[in-house]
Amino acid sequence: MTSVALLHRITDYANRPDPYPLYAELRRTPVVRDESGPYLVSTYWEIKELLHDPRISSDLRNLTPEAARASGQEHDPNLPPAFIRLDPPEHDRLRRLSMRPFGPPHTPRRVFDMHGELEEIVSGLVDGLRGRDTIDLVDDFSYPFPVTVICRILGVPREDESHFHEWADTIAAGLDPVGTAEEREAQVQGVRRARGELAAYLAGLIEERRRSPRDDMLSAMATEHGPDGQMSPVEIITTAALLLIAGHETTVNLITNGMLTLLRNPDVLQRLRVEPGLAVPLVEELLRFEPPVQMLPQRTTLADIDIAGTIIPKGASLYLMVASGSRDPKRFADPDRFVPDRPDNQHLGFGHGLHNCFGAPLARLEAQLALTALVRRLDGPSLVEDPPPYRQNAVLRGPRHLPIAFSGIIG
Amino acid sequence: MSVDGYLETLRREGRIVVVGASLAGLRAAETLRAEGFAGTLTMVGDEPHEPYDRPPLSKQVLLGKVPADHTVLPRRRPVDAEWRLGAAATGLDLAAKQVRLADGDAIDYDRLLITTGVRARPWPRELEADLDGVCVLRTRDDAIRLHHRLKAGPRRVLVIGAGFTGSEIASACRERGLPVTVAERGPAPLVGALGGVVGEVAAELQRAHGVDLRCGVQVTGLEGDSAGRVRQAHFSDGTAVESDVVVVALGATRNTEWLADSGLGAGPRGIACDAGCRAFDVRGIVTDDVFVAGDVARSPHPLFGYQFLSLEHWGNAVSQAEVAAHNMISASADRRPHLWMPSFWSAQFGVNIKSVGVPPMADQIIVTQGSLAEQRFTAAYGYQGRVIAAVTFDQAKWLDFYERQIEQAAPFPPEFTTVDRRPEGLQPVPAGFPDPSLPSHGPTVTLSGHSPTDRRVSFTPRRA
Ligand SMILES: Cc1cc2nc3c(=O)[nH]c(=O)nc-3n(C[C@H](O)[C@H](O)[C@H](O)COP(=O)(O)OP(=O)(O)OC[C@H]3O[C@@H](n4cnc5c(N)ncnc54)[C@H](O)[C@@H]3O)c2cc1C
Repeated sequence: MTSVALLHRITDYANRPDPYPLYAELRRTPVVRDESGPYLVSTYWEIKELLHDPRISSDLRNLTPEAARASGQEHDPNLPPAFIRLDPPEHDRLRRLSMRPFGPPHTPRRVFDMHGELEEIVSGLVDGLRGRDTIDLVDDFSYPFPVTVICRILGVPREDESHFHEWADTIAAGLDPVGTAEEREAQVQGVRRARGELAAYLAGLIEERRRSPRDDMLSAMATEHGPDGQMSPVEIITTAALLLIAGHETTVNLITNGMLTLLRNPDVLQRLRVEPGLAVPLVEELLRFEPPVQMLPQRTTLADIDIAGTIIPKGASLYLMVASGSRDPKRFADPDRFVPDRPDNQHLGFGHGLHNCFGAPLARLEAQLALTALVRRLDGPSLVEDPPPYRQNAVLRGPRHLPIAFSGIIG
Repeated sequence: MSVDGYLETLRREGRIVVVGASLAGLRAAETLRAEGFAGTLTMVGDEPHEPYDRPPLSKQVLLGKVPADHTVLPRRRPVDAEWRLGAAATGLDLAAKQVRLADGDAIDYDRLLITTGVRARPWPRELEADLDGVCVLRTRDDAIRLHHRLKAGPRRVLVIGAGFTGSEIASACRERGLPVTVAERGPAPLVGALGGVVGEVAAELQRAHGVDLRCGVQVTGLEGDSAGRVRQAHFSDGTAVESDVVVVALGATRNTEWLADSGLGAGPRGIACDAGCRAFDVRGIVTDDVFVAGDVARSPHPLFGYQFLSLEHWGNAVSQAEVAAHNMISASADRRPHLWMPSFWSAQFGVNIKSVGVPPMADQIIVTQGSLAEQRFTAAYGYQGRVIAAVTFDQAKWLDFYERQIEQAAPFPPEFTTVDRRPEGLQPVPAGFPDPSLPSHGPTVTLSGHSPTDRRVSFTPRRA
């Protein structure tokens, strides 16, 4: 096994528009140790195995101190981690509690019932583009749509959005394994501050909802009692922060990457226009081909683990390169081709195993509705710039802007 | 004609007959077509319905959430077959390559697939079994009848046998608010499938949901009223229970009687076949044109000491059918073994139970994650120092990992730490399976003679 500086190249902004050749290089050795410390796993079956391996922990407290320092992922003593950074049984309990007001088995129709509401938001946003011939898809559509949705679901006032947009961005950027030790330190401090401010903001809101509950998730989390008891105030804060950030930072990229891919594949765009049912498999293919979450950098080993002939030692920091795994030719035929109705598409776009994406049903529906509406209603859309400017973040990857030209709004 | 030429002709214009038109039969038919079989395909099934799914029958159907006739199996592709439904196969002539039907017809085949499955074992005393209100559950019609009974609001339901089907039925009764008694001969529910340690959890679960669970007792008799309706059941401990619906859930009998004089290695434990799904004849010689799949098959599994496993598992039926279909129309070098990892699921009392491997082979068990007391756990089963099976209660997400452990013959007890490891899971304990040396089924094949020259294989048909 070689020690390489691949992570540095992957996080290098110059490679943001197309990291896939680097992943292909990475896959030649399914498990490598990066010179900065973490072990990178890049092949489909190995990633999938590790995602189901109970010897893999998401709890930072299990990192060795050196691994924690090297990855800038030290535990924040001020705010306990949300369930995404916890292991069972705490993880399971909190995830169950948060799922109660959001999905099955207790609220199975929540997402489904939002269909009409989501469609309204989408058409409202598209209507708002009338009279223009270029837009930035990110600022004008991809961002406001999921943010409006997550605010409504949680019960966060949309007016406060500008504050937590900044907090969310800072926290998400903290995932990025960038830079020198000093840059790391600055990043950690920034994330801490943002988390603190977001927490204080949410605490106020939750208190309000406890006193006068409404039909939203914050109220439900603050007032409902189930078989698992109730979330503590701090748990509600961390959970709400998690959902707010996840709702901010991923679906935006899914929709933007989706439109970018469609504009690069006009035949597929045309097909979706006349065949709306295609949206369902197409979004799955997007999650495989251009996933918003490129890697899962937050895992550690509880034991020495032998995987693909390499022993990853206990306490190591593990990066699961899911975007690479979803393009593994050993799993997907012709993986670098965008096949909107690809059969047998068990991608890693939402992860797998116990941390698999909580909001997946919502994200899917949002992306399906958004892309269908965009291709139907934008008349003659085309890319102004290819590749578009990307965000810095290599973990949550997507264009920062996506300028699109078109000749009008249909309908 | 060369072998290759034969295969070519078989694939183009051969005649394939599938006896048993249910899950395994349908999936095999679809696979045959998907792999390019263009000849005539005949599906023989004794039930009048097109293939339907059984697992919902003891779950959603009894709860009234899904009507029994909405369980039709989805088709993966058109099979373009001649369907002979409501027509039982009554005999097989291996030499003439012919299947005889109850209506007197005979169908010639080039290749035959047998997927006749199992049927519910009835209450052994016929007069009592005939009492109105005594039911079994295997078919859609059984489910319709039982659902009607439950809907009518019986005063109490008695379930005899706390295996998976019995436990699921009891669970459905409780969910409907019906009083239910479960009588189980063993020390706990599910004990034959999952052992005593997990059986205890299942017992807790039943009691917590208000089941009147009676273990270590046998039902000695059913009593009817003057109108022939079941009224009361008597137990071996001298007690009795008033009940107007009795569900007999005593396991299943393989549907092999129709093969009795065929010369095929078929008996009460199923039809023995090789790992490629080719049936053995009574001499232990593998046939080349008769294949078996699904609940009726017994096939050797190298992972489990080449033991011949008969599995009544949905996933096994699908996978074995696919392998059998592939092998039926493939040259021997292209044939595949059926190396499916045994696994099944059950849903009862709000818990999702899943299992991989062969728990009853195990001598020890260890709770590797979660906790028995919380009824949310993963338990690994060990046999002679290796992991042989795993069972989860509401923890199915870990199963893939344990499946790999079994495939790799990983050491037992597991040496590694995991997330959610609790103090109770630090030491293995006896798994608590009933003594396997106690006879359960009669033998199908016996050996006689001492010196190699007078060793004989004799076939012992099912005892009446
Ligand atoms: C109530 C219930 C619940 C279940 N739940 C689960 C579960 O949760 N999980 C799980 O893994 N498995 C479950 N199973 C088991 C699963 O349904 C079986 O493994 C599966 O049906 C096996 O399919 P098969 O095609 O091999 O056999 P079968 O489904 O038994 O089909 C055999 C067919 O052949 C027909 N037949 C028999 N003899 C003849 C003849 N001589 N001529 C013509 N036709 C004949 C039979 O009538 C039947 O239609 C359940 C089964 C039942 C009954």
